[in-house]
Amino acid sequence: MNYSRLTVVTGHYGSGKTNFSVNIALDIAAKGHKCTVIDLDIVNPYFRTADFGKLFEEHGIAVHAPVYANTNLDIPSLNIPLESILADGGYVVIDVGGDDEGAKALGRFAPLINGFADKEMLYVINKYRYLTKEPAEAVQVMREIEFSGGIACTGIVNNSNLGAETTPLTIRESLPFAEEVSKLTGLPIRATCAAEGAEADNAPELYTVKRYVHNVWEDECQ
Amino acid sequence: MAEKSLMKGNEALAEAALRAGCKCFFGYPITPQTEIAAYLSKRMPKVGGVFLQAESEVAAINMVYGCAGSGIRCMTSSSSPGISLKSEGISYIAGADLPCVIIDVMRGGPGLGGIQPSQADYYQITKGVGHGDYNIIVLAPSTVQEMADCVTRAFDLADKYRMPAVVLADGLLGQMMEPVAFDDAEIVMSDASKKPWAANGHGNKRQHNIINSLYLQAPELERTIRERYERYAEIEKNETKAVADYCDDADIVVVAYGSTARLAKSAVDEARKQGIKAGAFRPVTLYPFPKNELNDAVKNAKKVLVVEMSMGQMVDDVKLAINCSKPVEFYGRTGGVIPAPAEILAKIKEMGGND
Repeated sequence: MNYSRLTVVTGHYGSGKTNFSVNIALDIAAKGHKCTVIDLDIVNPYFRTADFGKLFEEHGIAVHAPVYANTNLDIPSLNIPLESILADGGYVVIDVGGDDEGAKALGRFAPLINGFADKEMLYVINKYRYLTKEPAEAVQVMREIEFSGGIACTGIVNNSNLGAETTPLTIRESLPFAEEVSKLTGLPIRATCAAEGAEADNAPELYTVKRYVHNVWEDECQ
Repeated sequence: MAEKSLMKGNEALAEAALRAGCKCFFGYPITPQTEIAAYLSKRMPKVGGVFLQAESEVAAINMVYGCAGSGIRCMTSSSSPGISLKSEGISYIAGADLPCVIIDVMRGGPGLGGIQPSQADYYQITKGVGHGDYNIIVLAPSTVQEMADCVTRAFDLADKYRMPAVVLADGLLGQMMEPVAFDDAEIVMSDASKKPWAANGHGNKRQHNIINSLYLQAPELERTIRERYERYAEIEKNETKAVADYCDDADIVVVAYGSTARLAKSAVDEARKQGIKAGAFRPVTLYPFPKNELNDAVKNAKKVLVVEMSMGQMVDDVKLAINCSKPVEFYGRTGGVIPAPAEILAKIKEMGGND
């Protein structure tokens, strides 16, 4: 995948935004670029990008997160110096919270992001998520996100998966869904994600991902 | 089975309630279970149900009290501090012999505590929650699919025995995502047709029904309580459920419920790989507690280890259930800290699992 200087990752709750963001950040860093991850999720205190601080540190990736989850602050504050981060050069990945509620935090930065040329805003979809199984439903959620965040999406990421139960068939069966979303929105499919071993052969823009977001009982007993 | 979907535990709880014909949901938001209310606020109007965000937890449980009295399937959900607020209402509902479902997605306490997962409300929930001589049914799922299945079962048991049933989960189960399948049956909202006791309008065709928990004559109150305990005896005889893995030849049986049972199972699987004879026992019903199943599971064991996300609560029921016939040890993390499988494995080894 080729990256813009600024990648904004949005999507429905549980579509896999965080796992995708972690993957592309590591990918950008692996290409030798300076990379900053911004966790803009002010909705969900569990399973967050900021949880991967140690992993990012090992790869020289800087992390910014709102003062919110697992701090002693109940009301989130968006003390993120996006202007200076963008001015600093390097690549930036913004992981936005789910749905239109999550995208509200984007509104604060919309004037800055809209004025920044080398950017893309990706909309992550998962055919297997309960309330966005139909292309029309997925498009509606995207429109709500765009309205709430004040930024238009520029590409689709097909991250259809069934968690640990994902197989190549799971991905293959999601391709028509992603195509339909792409057709309805007029946006290109920028990536079809598949965990290692679950890659489907005819997937457009196949992008192999690692499952970083997982449950504690899947940890090795070291 | 229908096609699988990827759902959060909280969403699965909510969808399963709809599919069980739960017509009315009364709630008040609190992390980590707010997705239940958020989900039902979108879904309920589409299937002819009622979603109502009450002004408080106390209001919500009393709306459930009224709705249950009319014979309609209804539900409320909350997390630990909110359940404390609901405790008076739960006692009244139990005292009035009404069926309803209450979801508790536990977080760290006491007080406001934290928002990370916990199992520190085991005593509170399994010992009835509120005041008075009574029990409530408590089901403890450990997967997202089971979150859905337990809601269905909770509604059925609540109706069958005319009492509140609780699905006891924790923040981890509520927030995590796993594939779930629901059957394709059409959603049919419940009514009071099979509930002759319901106060839903007598239409001048029958005697009016009374929903009440006030009995000022002591012998009369004692009679209602004794009648209720006869039902509890039936429940304890017929409705227990547990899952045992590798217990037959296990030297150490690890007992855990909910998400902790999955952590324990990971540790037990690893122990077996290393040649340690460990077994895993998971109560699915916490009330009624699966005493016979547990006694059966530990009969060849040398020791029992109980693991909880608390300072040790279910461990007391384990000791009582096996009448202290084996040494029982405890390992727990609390305050929202999750015990790692490696920690549980280390405890198994410390208990002589290597011998």
